[in-house]
Amino acid sequence: MNAKVDVNLVVNGVSHKRTVEPRMLLSDFLRHELGLTGTHVGCEHGVCGACTVLLDGRSARSCLTLAVQADGLEVETVEGQGSREQLGRIQTAFRDHHGLQCGFCTPGFIMTIVDMLQHHPLENDEQIREALSGNICRCTGYQHIVNAVRELAKERGPLP
Amino acid sequence: MKPAPFDYVSAESVAHAVEALAAAAGDGKVIAGGQSLMPMINFRMVRPSVLVDINRIAGLDRIEDRGDRFHIGALVRHRLTASDPAIARHIPVLHEAMKNVAHLTVRNRGTFCGSVCHADPAAELPMMTLLLNGTIHIASPSGERTLPAREFLLSSLTTALQPDELVTGIAIEKLAPGTGWGFEEFARRHGDYALAAVTATVERRQGRASNVRLAVMGVGDTATRLPAVEAALEGSAMDGPAIADAVARLRTGIEPNSDLNGSADYRRHLAGVLAERVLKAAWDRAEEGAST
Repeated sequence: MNAKVDVNLVVNGVSHKRTVEPRMLLSDFLRHELGLTGTHVGCEHGVCGACTVLLDGRSARSCLTLAVQADGLEVETVEGQGSREQLGRIQTAFRDHHGLQCGFCTPGFIMTIVDMLQHHPLENDEQIREALSGNICRCTGYQHIVNAVRELAKERGPLP
Repeated sequence: MKPAPFDYVSAESVAHAVEALAAAAGDGKVIAGGQSLMPMINFRMVRPSVLVDINRIAGLDRIEDRGDRFHIGALVRHRLTASDPAIARHIPVLHEAMKNVAHLTVRNRGTFCGSVCHADPAAELPMMTLLLNGTIHIASPSGERTLPAREFLLSSLTTALQPDELVTGIAIEKLAPGTGWGFEEFARRHGDYALAAVTATVERRQGRASNVRLAVMGVGDTATRLPAVEAALEGSAMDGPAIADAVARLRTGIEPNSDLNGSADYRRHLAGVLAERVLKAAWDRAEEGAST
């Protein structure tokens, strides 16, 4: 039997402590241990981007991260981006531009876009599409997602 | 899929990591960014009994300027390599290549050294390390050793690294000022593994090619330099006939595999097309006598 490990992390500003097997993926930790099922699991090998979260402020695939590797780090998930009653800014832009249909990929897109808006030049559609290219959506054809990001990027303005 | 069980060691130092690998008696695996390893672990294609995490080792996350080369530490993420201004200035061909390495989110985690250690035959960084006369710095139980990249990269997903060794960094040479360069890649989807890529550098001396370097990937078991083609171009005028001759030599000098994405013949043709573009671009960029 492999030794279990303690994992202390902060998710959306709330501290959590669990003792888990080292092989537990961060995506499963969030969903099964903490009940935060907003983070979706698509391909589970880093291709689809549905499980994207922020680790210390930068986007990361939670299916390619072990929970124990996030020990001591700040994790942000889609639950931190708004609520059913009060959508966050990115969620509102998605609603306004029809940036989702089935919604399965949406949490990953939202978290990737948080990173994009904080750190990446988004001055034209090419840059927007390049930054979104690690996330797969099978419904929208991406155009409406690009439209949403274009509006968000315009609000943000150029990076300092 | 979920990973098979393993024990986990968060290494506090290089020595600690090597110790843990030695204790694993050949069944340990190093994890840095994990962007190639974790998929294989999730699929259970890789089932280490011990996973040695080097992410918390201090001092490995830097790109150091060492005069004629850069030393890229084992925890340097793709994001840093892609955005480092000194790399962009001294090795513009690597700056260009980085645009093709994975996607934003993967670049936040994936590492330069990890990509070279993974040795995927269709990954950019093993090829770039070969082009830039890279030296692999390795910590082993008996001390430090170094290997030239061409002796490190053995075959598909296979390197000369022993199970109880850790790559601590990779040194790559700066280009001489005025060196011309080219990089071309063809992938079905941007950021995905490429069908083929070609890269080259060349210096211009009295209108003739000097210090020609040419590397390819995706068309064999590992990325490779093509010394015979480089030698044929050395001293040439880099005009149409010289480049056509180089392309012909390249096509006979590689042995691509056939797979779902393309036949061997298709890949051989593609590599030639890319090489022609790369050599022309490199020559156009080369500045006369700039390095002398």
